[in-house]
Order: sequence, then C-alpha cells, then structure tokens
Amino acid sequence: MFESIDLNLVWFILIGILFSGYAILDGFDLGTGTVYPFIKGDINKRYLLNAVGPVWDGNEVWLIVGGGALFAAFPFVYATVFSGFYLAFMLLLLALILRAVSIEFRSQQPWNWWRKTWGAGFSTGSIMASILIGVAMGNITRGIPLDTDGNYTGTFLELLNPYSILLGVTTLFLFAMHGCIYLIMKTEGETQEQVKKILRPCMFGFIVLIILHTIVTLLYIPHAREGIAQNPWILILVFMAAASIAMIPVFMYKGYHGWAFLSSVSTMGCMMSIFGATMFPHLVYCNTNPELSLTLYNASATTKSLEVMTVIALIGVPLVLAYSAAIYWVFRGKVVLTERSY
Amino acid sequence: MDDPEFLSRLQFAITIMFHYIFPPMTIGLGVLLVAMEGIWLKTKQNIYHQLAKFWTQIFGLIFALGVATGIVMEFQFGTNWATYSRCVGDIFGSPLAAEGIFAFFLESGFLALLLFGWDKVGPKMHFFSSCMVALGAHFSAIWIIVANSWMQTPAGYKLVTENGQLRAHITDFWEVVFNPSTVDRLTHALSGCWLAGATLVISVSAWYLLRGKFRDFGEKGIKIGLIFGLIGLIGMGLTGDSSARKLVETQPEKFAAMEGVVETGPDLPLHIVGWMSPETHEFTGISIPGMLSYLTHGNTTTPIKGLNDIPKDDQPPFLIVFYSFHIMILVGCALAGLILLSLLAWKQGWLFRTKWLLWLLVLSVLGPQIANQIGWCVAEVGRQPWIVYGILRTKDAVSPILTSGEAISSLIMFFCIYMLLFSFFIYQLTHKILKGPKVIEAETDDNGHGKLQVPFINH
Repeated sequence: MFESIDLNLVWFILIGILFSGYAILDGFDLGTGTVYPFIKGDINKRYLLNAVGPVWDGNEVWLIVGGGALFAAFPFVYATVFSGFYLAFMLLLLALILRAVSIEFRSQQPWNWWRKTWGAGFSTGSIMASILIGVAMGNITRGIPLDTDGNYTGTFLELLNPYSILLGVTTLFLFAMHGCIYLIMKTEGETQEQVKKILRPCMFGFIVLIILHTIVTLLYIPHAREGIAQNPWILILVFMAAASIAMIPVFMYKGYHGWAFLSSVSTMGCMMSIFGATMFPHLVYCNTNPELSLTLYNASATTKSLEVMTVIALIGVPLVLAYSAAIYWVFRGKVVLTERSY
Repeated sequence: MDDPEFLSRLQFAITIMFHYIFPPMTIGLGVLLVAMEGIWLKTKQNIYHQLAKFWTQIFGLIFALGVATGIVMEFQFGTNWATYSRCVGDIFGSPLAAEGIFAFFLESGFLALLLFGWDKVGPKMHFFSSCMVALGAHFSAIWIIVANSWMQTPAGYKLVTENGQLRAHITDFWEVVFNPSTVDRLTHALSGCWLAGATLVISVSAWYLLRGKFRDFGEKGIKIGLIFGLIGLIGMGLTGDSSARKLVETQPEKFAAMEGVVETGPDLPLHIVGWMSPETHEFTGISIPGMLSYLTHGNTTTPIKGLNDIPKDDQPPFLIVFYSFHIMILVGCALAGLILLSLLAWKQGWLFRTKWLLWLLVLSVLGPQIANQIGWCVAEVGRQPWIVYGILRTKDAVSPILTSGEAISSLIMFFCIYMLLFSFFIYQLTHKILKGPKVIEAETDDNGHGKLQVPFINH
C-alpha cells in the first residue's frame, strides 16, 4: 500500500513527534508540580492544580501512546530500553502514579495535614518524573552497552552517570520554566505574581544548564559530534533552539505570555529534533560496540505491521488532533475555581 | 520463590488485578451516565440531572485510579517480558497503540468536559462528551481484549526464526483482530463491566433507601441500575455459553481444568458444587450426569478431552482454574437470581420497602467485582504454561537480564503503593457517598459564572 514510502523513517519521525508531544504537554504539568511547593497560600496552590486539572491525564496519554507505538513499530527498542532501565522505569511509574492520585485526592478534604501530604506527593512525583525522563534521555544520547541479543549489560547505578544526571537536572529546570510560563498564561493576580517570581531562577538555571549540556555533549559524546559533522543542517536547528530560548524573556518582559509559551514549546520541539537528528539512524546507540546498535531498520517491526500502524495513525491522529484542540479551546482563558475544582 | 519469572508473574497478576478493579466500573458507569443524562435532556426532570452530576463525581474518582494504575500495564511487557515483546511485538504492539490512539485520547479528552465542563459547554455538548467517554472506554476494552485474545487463540501470523530466535510476524491484520476468541471474550468481558457499573449504582442507591435518605434519587438509581444489570446478565449468559463451547476446540486444556475433566470420555457429568482432591483430582459433590457433554456438544456421545490425555508439560494449574471457574459461575448465578428477583419486586411494587432485599442489593456490588477478577484468573491461569497459546511458553518469555533483586524491589513497591491507594480510594469513595447528592446539588444552586467559589479554605 505504501511501497514508495520508507515506513521505518515515517515511524522514526512519528515516535519522535509522540514523545515530543508528551514532553511539551506533560512538561508543563510536571513543571507545575515542580514549582508547586514554592507557591504560598492554599488558594494559590489550588489555582495551580486547576490549571493542569482538566488536561493532565490527556497529556499523559501521549506517553502511553508513545510507548504503545514504540512497542508496535520498534519492538526491539521497546524490549531493550524498558528491560534495561528496569528500576529507573519502575521509579518513573511510581512518580507518575503519585502525581496522578495526588491531584485527585489533594483538595477532597479540608484538613491541613491531608493537603500538605498530597501536595508533597504532587511535587515529589512531578520532580522525580522530570529528572528520570531527563536521565533516560541522557543515557540514550550517551549510548548504553548491549550484548549480541540487544540486552542492556550495565547496571542501574551506571545509568546514574554525571552526563545523564546533568540532562536530568536540565530537564527539571526546562519543565519548571515551561510550567511557569503556562501558569502565567492561566492565572492572574497574586498567583500570577508569585509564579512570575519563580520563573526567573528557573529560566536562568535552564539557560546555564543547557549551555553546559551542549558543551559537554560536544566534548564527551563523539558519536553526537559525528552526527552533527555528517548533517551540518542540524546547526540550523541549534540556532532555532537558541533563538527560541532568547525570545522567552523578551516576550515575557513585554507581557506577551502566549508568545512566550509558544517560544518555550518551540524550544522543546527544537531540542527534540536535534536529539532525533543526531541519533539518526540509531534508536539505541551501543557505546561498547556500535555494530550492535539498534537502528530504525534492524529493530523495527515488519513492513506489513508498519503498514497496519500507518493506516491506524492516518485514521486516528487527525481525529485526536481535532478534538484535543477543541477541548483546549473550551478550557482557554484564566482558571476559575468552582465547587467541582480540585 | 526468588526466580524472576515467578516474581514477574506475581507482579503482573497484582498490578493487573488491582487495575481491573477500576475500568469495569468506569465502562459500566459510563453507560449509565449516558442514560441518566439522556433521560434528563429528554424529560427535563431535575432528579436525573442530580443523578448524572453525583455519579459523574464518583466516575471521576474511579477513572483517576484507573489511569494511575493503567500506565504500569503499558510498559510492563517491556520491563519484565522483553523476550515476549521481541517475539510477538510485530503483532501485539499494534492493538496497544490503537488502544491509545482510538480510546485513551477520546476518554481522557472528553473526560475533562464531563468533569469540568458543566458550566463551560451547553447541556447537549455535555451529553455528547458523556457519550464519547463511554465510547472511548468501550474502544479501550475492544483493543485490549483483541490483544489478549490473540494470546489465547493466535491467528493471522507466521512463525519465523531470526538469529536463532522465534518471531511471530503478522500476515493478516483482520485475522489478528477477529481471532477465534475475540468476539466471545469481548462481549463476555463487557457484560461483566456493565454489571459492575450497574451494581455500583444499585448498591449505593439501596443503601440510601435503607438510611431513609434521598428516596427519589435512590429509587431512580436502582431502576436504571436494574435495567442495565439485566442487559449485562443476558449478555453474560449468552457469551459465557458460547465462549465455553468454543473453548473446547481452541483450548481443550483450559476447558478440562475449568470443568474438572480428568479422564477423556463421552457422557461426562457437569460439576455444580463440591470439592476436588488435590492429588487424584477426584470430585466429591453435586453433579448432573451427562450434562457437560450435552451442553458442550449437544449430545452425550462425543468425547471430551481430559487431564490424563494432556502431556504433563502442557497442563494448566488444574485446581486454581477449576475452583475459580466454579466460584465465578456461582457468583454469577447468585447475582442473576438477585437481579431477576428485584425486577419482579419492582414490578409488583414491594422492592423499595423490603429491607432484606435492599441489603442484598447493597452487597451486590461485590458480585461482579469477584466474578470479573476470578474470571480473568480462569482465562489467564488456564492458558498456562503458555504466554501465547501454542507458540511461546511463559518461562521463556521473561526479560533475560531481569534479576530477582530488581523484581522483588518493584514487586514490594507496587504492593505497598497499591495497598495505600486502595485504602485512600475506599475512604474517598465512602466520603463522597456519605456526603450524598443533595449536598452537591445545594453547592451548585447558587453558583454563577465566573464567580469564585472556594469551599474548604484553610487559612
């Protein structure tokens, strides 16, 4: 049906889009959780919760669909990454469960200890998830040791290497910044003032960390350097990312909050594109023996299966985009608390 | 005890069983919400609006737990069952991805409107959202049961060997989707879900009546619940019967264990209630002579395969499957009796003043929960020792690099957090039920657009 199209490439890009969508959308939910402890006053905290309240679980679906699509299109990558990062991944699941139920439970009871506990759950879950996502990305960029059957041969502690932790912390600041910008769009008055104060250190921290991360990557990750040398057009993406980052404080200062949010979205989109383009054609790079790396051709499902998936995506994705956009439209504007709010 | 395979199985069992407390209730309750809101739109009677609003709140809580525990399932195939994922990923992945694209986005997107959209969209749009959430929940059931049924009765694939490893490759998507057991198992599971949703509403409503609270609310709730309960029951009976009859051809080992058939032969009895010796598998109890053969084949002469003709290596755990199956049937029959009796009582006008019957209805919520869980035990334990029937054995499917230390850590982690979640869930559910619909209604009455209402502020 799709003879003339390289479906492996299509799915490499689609999986990238799904995970970028997850980072961009759930990124502001996780960022909201991260800055939550720094917001004073129960009512302001509730504004935060309700800014993400109607949308967070739809955003999390992007991760679930990304995982499902990875399983379907690149089953060998799915098996290698999730079994290899076993404990790290179990912690991520724990973090996401904690985040989900904390949002649901927190405002159900008026007691101080109850709200404090679930509030702590919300922020702990969000912070843990942000860092772990960054650490996982760091390890994928850096490459992991694999055996001939494609199994990870390292240990859990080796995943916590300085390079990956650096990306973990960078991701934490990135999501926190992204979350703050989203919250500034969704709130007003005192809540907004408080968030604006928190945005500054998050933005500053992120800019320092991302510059550091870029330098470290170029110095210590040779295959990333080669990837850029072979595809110099990646530098265009790098400039776009830099421009997007630079625009965030400009728009913020001028009070164009929506534009600042779009710049933040564009920053994340560019970062994910740079990641994908430098990795190409690898999905999992084996740093002990590059021959054993999983690529979009040796780790994929059969063409027949990719065709089925492509049809499913062609039917499903336009529908999803249409009604998701409509639902975001319904919840546009500033958050108002009602008796049904979290 | 400490091998990764056993621990992974235990972890999968715990996580899936805990997860499966929630989706059946949301699938069933979703349909009832559509009915309640539909009747409200049609009749404009405020009581149905109250019903829809109250049960939407309960729905939101159950749904949140379902989402939180469901995400674990999507990734556990990779973490604990990597060899399985590599072997069948070409086939098994696409239903999971389809579930996400067609079901989860739909459910979670429109859920936002369902829970928070009462003041943001018109009543018709809100009703449409209820329909979409219910539809999404059913889509999700379809795709996940397609995936699971393929593990029971694989079809539409070919086996190849790559680098010395067995791989199943897809040959026909529609054969995968409509494999021999999909339709029976899907309709059977959905009937169980409708019953779970219906009995939840019935149970809470009956309790209100017993307490003398929210009379009209309770009576209407019971009536709607009983109607959907009846639909669920009819579905249950039809699909259960045809599932079992198909099973004798597709998975004779599971069938033998369910019905406790030890020796192959014709004219076999149907065991109703009793006890089975763990060593000899000899049955003591009430049986109907010849009935099993008659129900299965329509005659008493066609033989049915028994345990003794199945190689030791291919035998499922006999007693677990036998007992689970029989408890499921007994619970199902008790539930059927209760619902039919209540319908009769409703028709004759003595339902709402008969305390003992209302008390039984309060307990009815446990029936589908037990039967659903234990029914899945029959399906999954009965498939053992295979993970994909006839293709891949469970012991060969586990992640090769998984250590027992890792598996124990995650198992303990899930066990603890799920116990905690369960207690908070029950606490919160009870709290909402105790608060009741009236309170919610009173809070809503004077709620204007854009007005800031913040109950329970602590300063």
